[in-house]
Amino acid sequence: MAPLATTIAPFLPSSKKRAARIANDWMAVAAPVPVERNWVEALSASGSERDGAVADLHGLLLRAARFEIGRRREALAHVRGEDLDDLATQAADDALVAILAKLHTFRGASRFTTWAYKFALLEAGVRVRRRAWQGREVVLEPETWPSFEDDRRPPVESGPEQAELLSALKRAVSDTLTPHQRNVFTALALNEVPIDVLAERMDTTRGALYKTLHDARAKLRAELVAAGHMEEVSP
Amino acid sequence: MNERNERLERLLGPAGPDIGCEECFERLDEYVELELRGANADARVPGMREHLIGCPACHEEHESLRALLS
Repeated sequence: MAPLATTIAPFLPSSKKRAARIANDWMAVAAPVPVERNWVEALSASGSERDGAVADLHGLLLRAARFEIGRRREALAHVRGEDLDDLATQAADDALVAILAKLHTFRGASRFTTWAYKFALLEAGVRVRRRAWQGREVVLEPETWPSFEDDRRPPVESGPEQAELLSALKRAVSDTLTPHQRNVFTALALNEVPIDVLAERMDTTRGALYKTLHDARAKLRAELVAAGHMEEVSP
Repeated sequence: MNERNERLERLLGPAGPDIGCEECFERLDEYVELELRGANADARVPGMREHLIGCPACHEEHESLRALLS
């Protein structure tokens, strides 16, 4: 894997030392070291103890956000290094706010830092997906229907059978889904629009969209089973 | 599921119970630590694996948390 500094170097003005420093900093964030302490107690305290804990936690969240954005940097090849760092900072800021608001819900099922990291990864991941799709139209009509030809299977086993399956799936999408389910299934499953991007464009939540997708998939599966194209699966 | 091919699986998602995005996020930290300890994470958090197969965004976050902790 190419170091991030190398990957984004073409986008960094050579005269800007800050940009180079940012790029180099990012290369050192692969393995954040959790600070073991009683985080809940420290974050619930007052005065300098709490301020210190908040600052330390923000540092960990920033490293986690940079880690996530670094992993997804191919999707953001057009974004400058300074803007990437701004994305990471925004993600860490919002993760910190969410964590402090939900501190009372931490039940110790994992280490506190593991619990906290997931907030930073979520915020960073959402930002990456939305930034990567910025300016792109979300199409709610099928752009392409997938071929169900399976390269691993002998040619004699594909052909008419696969064409029938594709035809049955198209018919099921058209006939059995509600318009909303059809739009969501088409965007998420067929056109592979990131769920956070669709949620933003449709002014809804990831959870609500996934529920719709799940219901649509269940309907399609039932239809294909009824038509003999799939076997029913026992729960 | 009749394993017709991976493309159909990707379109239709897993057939089993699926905990959804909210519960996935709620329990992701616990699930990943169980995985990294070699415990039976799927037995402790039923429906998580199916969700991670069916939801690319949650799948990415799962992979990232694992990588961050590894």
